[in-house]
Amino acid sequence: MLYINCPHCGMRSQNEFSYGGDASVKRPELNKEVSDQEWDNFVYNRKSLRGKHLELWQHISGCRQWIKVERDTATHEIFRTFKADEEVA
Amino acid sequence: MTQAFRIENGGLINRDKKLSFKFNGKTYLGYEGDTLASALLANGVHLVGRSFKYHRPRGFFGAGVDEPYAVVQLFRNGETEPNIKATEQELFEGLEAKSVNCWPSVNFDIGAINNFLKIFLPAGFYYKTFMWPKSFWYRIYEPFIRKAAGLGVASTKHDKERYEHKYEYCDLLIAGSGPSGLAGAYAAAKNGAKVILAEDKPRFGGSLLTSDVNIGNQSGKDWAEGIIAELKTMPNVVVKNRSQIFGYYDHNMLVMSEKVSDHLPSTKKYHPNKRLWYIRAKEVLISSGSIERPIVFGNNDTPGVMLSSAAKEYLKVYGVLVGRKPLVFTNNDSGYETAVEFKKHGVDPVVLDSRKNPESEIIDEAKNLGINIKNSYVVVAAQGYKKVKSADIASISEDKKQLGKIENIQCDCICVSGFWTPTIHLASQSGNKTKFKEDIDAFVPGQSKQNEITLGAANGVFSLEETLKTSFTAGSELSKKITENDNKIAIPNVVEKKSSQHDKFWCVPLPKGKNYKRFLDFQNDVAVSDVEIALREGYRSIEHVKRYTTLGMATDQGKTSNLNGLQLVSEIENKVVPAVGHTTFRPPYTPVSIGAIVGREVGKHSKPTRKSPMHSWHEKNNAVFVDAGVWLRPRYYKRGNENLFEGSKREAKNVRTNVGVCDVTTLGKIDIKGPDAAELLNRVYTNAWLKLPVGKARYGVMLREDGIVMDDGTTTRISENHYHMTTTTAQAANVLSHLEYYLQLVWPELNVNVVSTTEQWAGAAIAGPKSRDLLQKLFPNSDVSNEGLPFMGYMEGDLFGAKARIYRISFSGELAYEVNVESDYGNFMWEKIIEVGEEFNIQPYGTEALSTLRIEMGHVAGSELDGRTIPFDNALEGLVSKKKDFIGKRSLQRSAFIAEDRQRIVGVVPLDKQTSIPEGSHLVKDDKAPLPNPKLGHISASCWSVEYDNPFSLAILKDGKNMIGQKLFAMSPLKNKVIPVEIVSSHYVDPKGERVRS
Repeated sequence: MLYINCPHCGMRSQNEFSYGGDASVKRPELNKEVSDQEWDNFVYNRKSLRGKHLELWQHISGCRQWIKVERDTATHEIFRTFKADEEVA
Repeated sequence: MTQAFRIENGGLINRDKKLSFKFNGKTYLGYEGDTLASALLANGVHLVGRSFKYHRPRGFFGAGVDEPYAVVQLFRNGETEPNIKATEQELFEGLEAKSVNCWPSVNFDIGAINNFLKIFLPAGFYYKTFMWPKSFWYRIYEPFIRKAAGLGVASTKHDKERYEHKYEYCDLLIAGSGPSGLAGAYAAAKNGAKVILAEDKPRFGGSLLTSDVNIGNQSGKDWAEGIIAELKTMPNVVVKNRSQIFGYYDHNMLVMSEKVSDHLPSTKKYHPNKRLWYIRAKEVLISSGSIERPIVFGNNDTPGVMLSSAAKEYLKVYGVLVGRKPLVFTNNDSGYETAVEFKKHGVDPVVLDSRKNPESEIIDEAKNLGINIKNSYVVVAAQGYKKVKSADIASISEDKKQLGKIENIQCDCICVSGFWTPTIHLASQSGNKTKFKEDIDAFVPGQSKQNEITLGAANGVFSLEETLKTSFTAGSELSKKITENDNKIAIPNVVEKKSSQHDKFWCVPLPKGKNYKRFLDFQNDVAVSDVEIALREGYRSIEHVKRYTTLGMATDQGKTSNLNGLQLVSEIENKVVPAVGHTTFRPPYTPVSIGAIVGREVGKHSKPTRKSPMHSWHEKNNAVFVDAGVWLRPRYYKRGNENLFEGSKREAKNVRTNVGVCDVTTLGKIDIKGPDAAELLNRVYTNAWLKLPVGKARYGVMLREDGIVMDDGTTTRISENHYHMTTTTAQAANVLSHLEYYLQLVWPELNVNVVSTTEQWAGAAIAGPKSRDLLQKLFPNSDVSNEGLPFMGYMEGDLFGAKARIYRISFSGELAYEVNVESDYGNFMWEKIIEVGEEFNIQPYGTEALSTLRIEMGHVAGSELDGRTIPFDNALEGLVSKKKDFIGKRSLQRSAFIAEDRQRIVGVVPLDKQTSIPEGSHLVKDDKAPLPNPKLGHISASCWSVEYDNPFSLAILKDGKNMIGQKLFAMSPLKNKVIPVEIVSSHYVDPKGERVRS
């Protein structure tokens, strides 16, 4: 069971969180022309990376905040976590 | 029965307390502090079971977790548990156990015929034989194998025992209380670290209980007792015996199973049977020790053949002689320790040492005691069927390939020592890549992966002095990092005997003309010849060899067999052992009760049960409840002998003719506040929300980004910047997360707050032509006329002193209202509605009538919004704005979603107007078409229309728009029904929607 540092609450066990997918995906802006390919990429196409991956988790049984977690998908090592509005350098 | 094999004095058992127990129906005596194994051995019982495949007689091989044979069925306090290791089960008064895997009895076992057929049962036998003909598998082979396979029998009764889970955090977790664990724990505890020390056995001390050493001028055992006593007094230390750390998981989380009650005749009141600890440790010290490994020789599975360390443990801990004519077969010094112990208790052992000229202190001691030692000698085969009677022995050449002349010597047990295998399971589970240590012929942990360190015998260090030194140091250093204390501890002086080098010899060659079974894996009956077959047939990877031969599988997970298996593969393949590699060590290290894993989450505790504030009223009024997610909702209110069908029909009919009231508390409710609240709704719903006036409600549909309908519900504008959203019962949590996702991540610029208020409000839907008359009486001071409170209107009211919210919304298609009050007033509201409604013939209605009413109106619900339908499919395209953008809109342009013959909701009526159509039935054009019959659609919901008094269903049908009036067949192979049907409009009742506006 992972041990995740919620930037709002501190170290908490994985069972307080729910997984939310790739955090690097940006939703196309509303009311903008979007090509089929762009939309397809946004909705469906994901890279299944081995290694460092930026992903979304929600602290659903805690502060309910969505956070970003930088995790190695092969080793489960967590490098850094960010608040929803924090830029990931 | 006398305990003929118990020595006069000695051992750690309590001789003042005799215990009686039963094995295979026969009563025996033992002492408090015995295991079932030691007590049986004290009574001379060596035959405890039959082996898995050949049903060969099985005895005891070890004295602890490594035991591959002595697996019994245990009976305790009216319960039974299978696959208990007799070597781990502590004796208690009245214990009962039986042998497994034998019929009709352990002494006469019919399955043993397999033993004589064994040339027909080599590795892969089942795979090869039971492949064809295919049709035989389910009828003949599978039931037969099932009957023959497996060890114990699981109880079919409900388990009365209680199991608990506990979550714990500590600075230093220590697995194993041998010398290394004790030293590490002591040093860390002295530095003020929060320490948990876990020992799987009842007694602390590990190898110190049986080894002949001195620490700090006292015996190893006394030193261990002193340390444990001191640790127990320290507030920062938790010391646990009977507690096995069986798994090392991510981020330094380890799981431990504590046997709280297994050693007692029955579990004490309020105590659990077992407790599962989830421990998150900052640092982990693995001091799990090592397990002696066997030397492979002919018939080495005969009862009476056992590990020499086990024989020593039975003698020193339990005061039990495993034999009176022992033969010790060793390739290292450990066998001599056992021989010396025998000699000290007046028994003359013979030692066979595969080495030519070994020299060491312990060997000298053995010689001085006059023990008969034969160098360059091996056991070729054990003789005897149900018990060792003699041994064929021979001298062996230096290259270990040639046997000398075979001699037979009398013996009643053979104690084997093939050197020691470090227990590296936990380290390996942590992700540590193990390395092969040439000088001990075994794998040890390599570079630490998580915050773990392995010390002592588990790390391949067999010198006590070095173990203590490294462990005291590690305990100090690890704790210093955490507590910043640095209390120095003097390392005690150690007296131990220096060992000489072991012999790499592990397998005795077969003598010419003999075909003895030489077992590698005792629990699964895997012999040398089986592994040879697997390799001959092309299996190369050790993982494949394991699965083909079952080497190292089953409940002991190869604790005694793994390394010898690897040795064999490496020899045949002509590779070094590290190149062969080992199979993956997976948790659990030892079997864990399913009950312990499940914990308290059984029966009604397996999930929370949510009840509305009106629940007790429903109970009092004969409600029959149904699970709606985790909620309990009335399905119908039973009157007299009514069944579900009759009751729900009566309730629905009463709504259509008079007035009914339904508990709708379970609907999800989300409070939305902020200046940008309307903008948020406009983006997440498909329809327009910016112009909704205060005091008005609107129905909305929410999509996922892929265009599929996620949820529907009404949202009401309570005041300028305040909205009240309702969701379906099932989707409440998902919708809240969905809104939070967009607010926090996608549109952080929107100034809106959302919070769940599902529990804050109790809700009652009042529906039917007389609902307004009732409402007027409930709220005499409010204008609830069609003008004062029009369809989709909202107002606040005073319900006999309780503040209420009144929404004019309808799910039933009738004139209807929904009244909400704060949850604490829910029951008050409900009772008032029933009381005042009496003159209007009010009846409560449950979910079944609720469904009937919505189905015949063609209103969609969860069975249509099933995660596969878009708005068009549900006839909701009128709610999809063409002007504005919203979540999921772009996906609605997908070609499949705009196809001419796109599926759509329709109504379905059986031609005979009698036969109800099972939900899930498929709609097909031709009921006689060959399979697979092309499916045009499926029945999503069925009811008995109270309006027309005939069955009516909703269906999602391909090209549904153009199918009205068509005749099809509804087929349900599950219910074996074929029903001719006609397709009609989904709006079966009041298609213009006049009633809701009346």
